[in-house]
Amino acid sequence: MNVLEVAGLNVSVRDTTLVSDVDLTVGPGERVGLIGESGSGKSLTALSILGLLPEDVVPSGSVRLSGVDHDLIGADERALSRIRGRDLAMVFQEPMTALNPTMRIGDQIAETMLIHHTHPTRSAARAAAADLLDRVQLPADLLRAYPHQLSGGQRQRVVLAIALSNDPALLICDEPTTALDVTVQALVLDLIVQGVVARSSALLFITHDLAVVATVCERVLVMYGGRVVESGPVHEVFTNPRHRYTQGLLAASNLEAAGSRLTTIPGTVPAAGHFPSGCVFRNRCAHATDLCATTPAWSGTSTTGYACHHPAGAPHA
Amino acid sequence: MRRLNPSLVAGGVIVGVIVATALLSFVWTPYDATFVDPSVRLATPSWAHWFGTDKFGRDVLSQIMVGSRTTLFVGVVAVGVAAVIGVPLGVLAAMTPRWPSELIMRTNDLLLAFPALLLAIMFGAVFGASTLTAMVAIGIASVPSFARVIRSGALQVMRTEYVLAARAAGRKPFPIALRHVLPNVTSLVTVQASVSFAIAVLAEAALSFLGYGTPPPTPSWGRMLQESQEFLFSAPRLAVFPGIAIALAVLGFNLLGDGLRDRFDPKLEDRR
Amino acid sequence: MPNEPAPNHPAVQVIDVVRDYPRPRTSLLGPTPVVHALRGVSLEVKQGERFGIVGESGCGKSTLLRLIAALDRPTAGQVVVEGTDITTLPERRLRFLRENLQLVFQDPMSSLDPRMRVRDIIAEPLVVQGHPASGERVRELLEAVGLSADAGDRYPHQFSGGQRQRISIARALAPRPRILIADEPVSALDVSVRAQVLNLISDLVDELNLTLIFVSHDLSVVKHVCDRVAVMNAGQIVETGPTADVYAAPQHPYTQRLVSAIPTLERALSGATTTDLLPSKGETA
Repeated sequence: MNVLEVAGLNVSVRDTTLVSDVDLTVGPGERVGLIGESGSGKSLTALSILGLLPEDVVPSGSVRLSGVDHDLIGADERALSRIRGRDLAMVFQEPMTALNPTMRIGDQIAETMLIHHTHPTRSAARAAAADLLDRVQLPADLLRAYPHQLSGGQRQRVVLAIALSNDPALLICDEPTTALDVTVQALVLDLIVQGVVARSSALLFITHDLAVVATVCERVLVMYGGRVVESGPVHEVFTNPRHRYTQGLLAASNLEAAGSRLTTIPGTVPAAGHFPSGCVFRNRCAHATDLCATTPAWSGTSTTGYACHHPAGAPHA
Repeated sequence: MRRLNPSLVAGGVIVGVIVATALLSFVWTPYDATFVDPSVRLATPSWAHWFGTDKFGRDVLSQIMVGSRTTLFVGVVAVGVAAVIGVPLGVLAAMTPRWPSELIMRTNDLLLAFPALLLAIMFGAVFGASTLTAMVAIGIASVPSFARVIRSGALQVMRTEYVLAARAAGRKPFPIALRHVLPNVTSLVTVQASVSFAIAVLAEAALSFLGYGTPPPTPSWGRMLQESQEFLFSAPRLAVFPGIAIALAVLGFNLLGDGLRDRFDPKLEDRR
Repeated sequence: MPNEPAPNHPAVQVIDVVRDYPRPRTSLLGPTPVVHALRGVSLEVKQGERFGIVGESGCGKSTLLRLIAALDRPTAGQVVVEGTDITTLPERRLRFLRENLQLVFQDPMSSLDPRMRVRDIIAEPLVVQGHPASGERVRELLEAVGLSADAGDRYPHQFSGGQRQRISIARALAPRPRILIADEPVSALDVSVRAQVLNLISDLVDELNLTLIFVSHDLSVVKHVCDRVAVMNAGQIVETGPTADVYAAPQHPYTQRLVSAIPTLERALSGATTTDLLPSKGETA
């Protein structure tokens, strides 16, 4: 039984489709990465799962969470708010906006537990908050601090403490360390991984950074132009990429390459809604043929495979 | 073909109607706006008097038509004075180093604390009561809010990397103000101008009441509103018609301001 | 050839520079609090060198750049560019610097004036220096950075982040500078575009014989681009050396922490976990 099952997810705004036909599963305790560049639809996918899309952006398809007896797509706000923060928690890129600037840190951590009645009394929740703060390696005297008194890294650790406070079945992190310095990123990444491992929570980790995904996750989905173009175990996908986009992305991010020139992907990422029909990557792909004007079918299993007419490398083992 | 911006069209139509009314009132009004006819005092709207008459029996429609001239005059003078002094002052305050900037802004605060009406009354006492002196005074009193808003916008522009790049290329402060700062604060200017316009129209009303604005026989929407106060319960229409006129004028200029801002913003130029 | 560097002088010398900023007062009484952005920084960049400056946010690297570009003045110390001490020169005597030293910034959204057409943006440094800003030169620059000639008629918002960075580079190259300062030029770009822009900078530096000062928080990018690197932390340079050496065998504890914290594909695929990014265990690896 999977913790999260997304099937046939589409997201569109007015007549522009932004995410097409995304299938995505996360097993219990599994750490899955979703990588993509700007406009790939990775963040929209996360927001659809959370039911947090802007009003004019409409999702369709199915999002099921274990322990919840209804589909998250189309569920009303009251049902979703019972799930968010308890079964499903999130950490976003910008920690300042995720915290209430007028509330003390301790009260904010305790509040999440009180809302979902996971702790019987205010004092029990307070004690649990102190414990959570300790788990993210912050001193207990920060309980009485306000968000503006904390550094960016400290704030993100507080956000993480709040996210983990109710032992969620699934933690979704959207670019959680992009705004942080490298040394702070290292600590926050480790806390995220330790946090989900300790609770056997599943993790859906969204980022543009290949190295971060490879370090944090076991399995990865590569998104481009609103579609999942390739998925599989991290080691497989990153050592033996099948989709030409994955291949190009890996080559372009390899700064260790011999010589002074880097391998590039020609052109730029199109604006949302301006990706070509058929294979979304064909206008930047050196291997594209007329065949690529048709949408490539998915080859492989539901968790390991690719959608490319002219795949690179050898078949997955 | 670019689609026409709805607020530009709506604002343009409303302001156009007001301007047309003002022009028309020079050659034709249903009655002489200042003609007192005791036989029809406080008449309700009828075919003879579409908007009714006031306590002296003057035709309200005619007064509103002639009053639009005062309103336009008020808006142009007050907003013009405020913008012409306030915008450069705000940009200057944003671009000068610490202490001159502080000096400008503290002087500004001092003026902000000074009641606009008192300033207008002083001006009236010194230069003689007229719409022009009153509006120059209201304009000067609006300078601080212009300067403050423009300064905050200009400070943001000064912090951008394109200004840094211009400085690194050797651009001097004045050309930077002209080429980079001013074009990027125009949207703030239009918004502030429409706010100041509304304030000026209402201030003119108060000043007319005190005898320091438009001298009595000349109709003005503000004074009509003021005079209607004693009949607010018995003849509310006397407040409603000039009230609607003022509201429409303010709305029209606001929409026009918004529309112009969007029209000149290249980012919105090719919005699909 | 206008690009003749002055002989025998380092391109940039920074000697014991200190920069303090007064912080806005929080109380009327008591002294104004001071931020020490730079606490005695010295470095030397040779002509034609590709010099990297690495550090995390708040380390003072942006302040240092502004001092080198004479967009700000040091509290103490000297900045010497091509043998001329610019520390106390008035703006009107900085013309040589304004022509010979140009910058490319990080944020592709805020580095181009949204109200100006691309051709005017690129021509601005030429106009300022009193050179004829011919359409010919603008087209030449657009072509040099890989944009089509008709790009000049459009506005910045009509371009993607990578294309805007190309426009920024074209603007910087317009007055034919000898020194190019790039402040985090690829940090805001997508990975697939980052490689293009890095290649472009690399090619142009070679072709035009530029001295490059490249600032980044990302040591891997600096390692790819630069010959030598200075690592900054808390307003000081903690380590300087050939990039490959600093990366392979960092000497200062801060550099060691920085290097070990960088996640790389290679390390991850050979089994490194997030715990290996942390200092205590990272150093043993």
